[in-house]
Amino acid sequence: MRGAKSAKWVAGAAIIALAATACGGSDSGNDDSMSSGKADPNGILTAQLSEPQNPLQPANAKESQGSRVLRTIFSGLVDYEPGTGKLEYINAESVTPNADSSVWTVKLKPGWKFHDGTTVTSKSFVDSWNWSANVKNNQTNSSWFQDIKGYEDVHPAKGAPKADKMSGLKIVDENTFTISLTGPVSYFAYKLGYDVWAPLPESFFKDPAAAGQKPIGNGPYKFVSWDHKKLIKVRKFDDYQGPNKAKNGGIDFKNYTTADAAYSDLRSNNLDWIEAIPVTSLTSYKQDLGDRAIDAEYSAIQSIVPAFYTKQFKDINPKVIQGLSMAIDRDTITKTVLHGTRTPADSFVARGVLGYKAGALGDVTKYDPAQAKKLIQEGGGVPGNKISIQFNADQSHKPWVDAVCNSIRKAVNVECVGDSKPDFQADLNARDNKQVKSMYRGGWVLDYPVNSNFMRDLYGTTAAGNTSGYSNKEFDELASKADKAKTLDETVKMYQDAEQLLKNDMPAIPLWFYKNNSGQSVNVFGKIPYGQDGDPIFTDVQVKAKK
Amino acid sequence: MGRYVARRLLQMIPVFIGTTLIIFLMVHILPGDPIRAMWGDKAADPAQVASLRHEFGLDQPLWKQYVDYMGNLFQGDFGKTFGGREVIDEMSESFPVTLRLTAVAMLIEIIVGIGLGAWAGLRAGKAADTGVLIFTLIVISIPVFVLGFLARFVLADQLGWVAPNVQDSTDYAQLFLPGFVLAMLSMAYVARLTRTTFAENLRADYMRTAMAKGLPRRRIVGVHLLRNSLIPVVTFLGTDVGGFIGGAVVTEGIFNVQGVGNLLFKALQQREGSTIVGVVTVFVLVILVINLLVDLLYAVLDPRIRYA
Repeated sequence: MRGAKSAKWVAGAAIIALAATACGGSDSGNDDSMSSGKADPNGILTAQLSEPQNPLQPANAKESQGSRVLRTIFSGLVDYEPGTGKLEYINAESVTPNADSSVWTVKLKPGWKFHDGTTVTSKSFVDSWNWSANVKNNQTNSSWFQDIKGYEDVHPAKGAPKADKMSGLKIVDENTFTISLTGPVSYFAYKLGYDVWAPLPESFFKDPAAAGQKPIGNGPYKFVSWDHKKLIKVRKFDDYQGPNKAKNGGIDFKNYTTADAAYSDLRSNNLDWIEAIPVTSLTSYKQDLGDRAIDAEYSAIQSIVPAFYTKQFKDINPKVIQGLSMAIDRDTITKTVLHGTRTPADSFVARGVLGYKAGALGDVTKYDPAQAKKLIQEGGGVPGNKISIQFNADQSHKPWVDAVCNSIRKAVNVECVGDSKPDFQADLNARDNKQVKSMYRGGWVLDYPVNSNFMRDLYGTTAAGNTSGYSNKEFDELASKADKAKTLDETVKMYQDAEQLLKNDMPAIPLWFYKNNSGQSVNVFGKIPYGQDGDPIFTDVQVKAKK
Repeated sequence: MGRYVARRLLQMIPVFIGTTLIIFLMVHILPGDPIRAMWGDKAADPAQVASLRHEFGLDQPLWKQYVDYMGNLFQGDFGKTFGGREVIDEMSESFPVTLRLTAVAMLIEIIVGIGLGAWAGLRAGKAADTGVLIFTLIVISIPVFVLGFLARFVLADQLGWVAPNVQDSTDYAQLFLPGFVLAMLSMAYVARLTRTTFAENLRADYMRTAMAKGLPRRRIVGVHLLRNSLIPVVTFLGTDVGGFIGGAVVTEGIFNVQGVGNLLFKALQQREGSTIVGVVTVFVLVILVINLLVDLLYAVLDPRIRYA
């Protein structure tokens, strides 16, 4: 469809004369100001969604589409306050660690019900986690349970599982249970906000496949129907006990073939929220939508990563990478090529995450050709005086890769080219098999809003997210010390120190933080609030009452 | 005739096996592991990847995967998607939609195409004929996706006459615009083909005979001329069904039609072998059957054609 998208320009050009005279599309009158009128607590919202790749099981939502729906149907123990990343309790009354944060006690708010009327108990959580962690059950997010004692028994690296229960999970009473971890993790409670930790009702385990098609949860919305590739319906759950009660009557998730199609429907008010403005309309959507344009930052970062296993970067002096970083004009590129859809990065940690420090990387992320040249020279130059940046051509990465290369070429005279792989699968394949020739495009969206997520999970020597071959003992030690710190504050602080250590090493060149460029229809009352993960907080969206 | 049909049906078997094998190999030759890709930028868990690969039989040697696949296929089992749904369910949801779209397009193509062609053919060399030739040339030279965007931009976004997208793929009225866009290119070819054969056949002996017999003009044109001129057009229409299904990938994307083109596109993106091979298998069958039907239609149109 990419060919088709770019072709819109051709069509657009041919029609410019028509457009100039025709009356301005579907944006009618000024009486549609966003907060005029009244909100209808039972109004139904329509939102864009692509077909979820996996059944709707909480531990199976690796991609954003499935998890967007799951998050409305299930409520976890905790959630995060948008903007600050602070922890708030949802289904849990408290989650408390022991002295060294290796055993956690969870107390549930009593009286919570699943949508089928059964009670949410300790067992609902423990059974859910044991089932989801089991390698046999093929849940894509099963490795999230690896901190828990006994994980290897249900999820061995090879062969069949030895047990179907993790020894670390103990039910104390109906509303209390404990989690023993293999080691101390001071921010474990933060991890619990992720989809995988949702409870599951008794009925789930009788037929997990069927439950994946017709999920029963404990969340603010109950599942109604799933008309595959067309529509998923969820409706407000009236007996919901949590603090995040739905302020609308429900959501219809509609399937669209392309971003352009969805945008068209948004403009004609057939759809209330779209995932993202299509690339072809990024320059014009703010004029098209006015107040209804959405431009919200979320916690994700894009960087370019040197492949440290290559001859080129094996024994590189980090000064060279710092120099390359300073040769990239982030301000101009985000404004022009990326049409303001990103903000220049100034740290390894994305904004909105606990422990993010503005300007943590200091001058390293500032554009300064003279200093860049100097650093590269001091570091002994780029081997071969040429780099390439690997990216996948099935998403719109090429424009910014070209721009970054241009910037580097101009500023420091290092030859730079894009190394395009046909699709994401091929790109990942090259990364996993350590076949990247020089550098590759890296990206990270937060899993939980603590700065460790942006460092330990990416740059730790044995971290599964580390595909560049970067390794630094000092960093590993500091990270494991930070994880064992007595309090969360200490952990965060120590990771901030670790970030300074990474600055001297440059395991990656941070480029920019993501923003969500989207829009809403005239049917929405007020502005759609966004979470740190880049998705709307659907329970807080209000629908306008029909006049 | 019966023997001819039997022979043609038998010929389908090697063609069928060959095409499925080629598609199967092509899907598996592409670099990258679709299971690993489910994890995206985040790290995949090797144990879980292995377990999933085993579940979908991707850890078997390629020849065994193909044999298993074909074995299941003959029992009517098209396999499962990575999301755990039956491929046959996905296809039975999307094929009717595309068939409807194709039917709308076909109808437009036949009525407008043949009508326009006949109209021009009867006036060969006159202004009307030149007009049709110029019009069809323009249509032929515009790619389908440009036409699609143009139609949506003008009719929906600017004029607001129609909804920009198909909301309900079972509604024929909503399928008219995408069907029209899909039909445009072929319609132009049909018009040109009809025009030429009409113009040629006008000078044929049997036409002169018919006219000399003093038959009414309606009968001369409607029966003698039309029937004889339709043979090349029918051949084209037959092969065009395959083209429509392919073209639907683009048109369905533009107008948000949840048909088979869309299914195939998504499956290709996710490297979902069982869906891709399944859809293409049905394509191949449809095209083989339609080719047979076209060949049989010749005999109906021109009794001189006999099959042995």
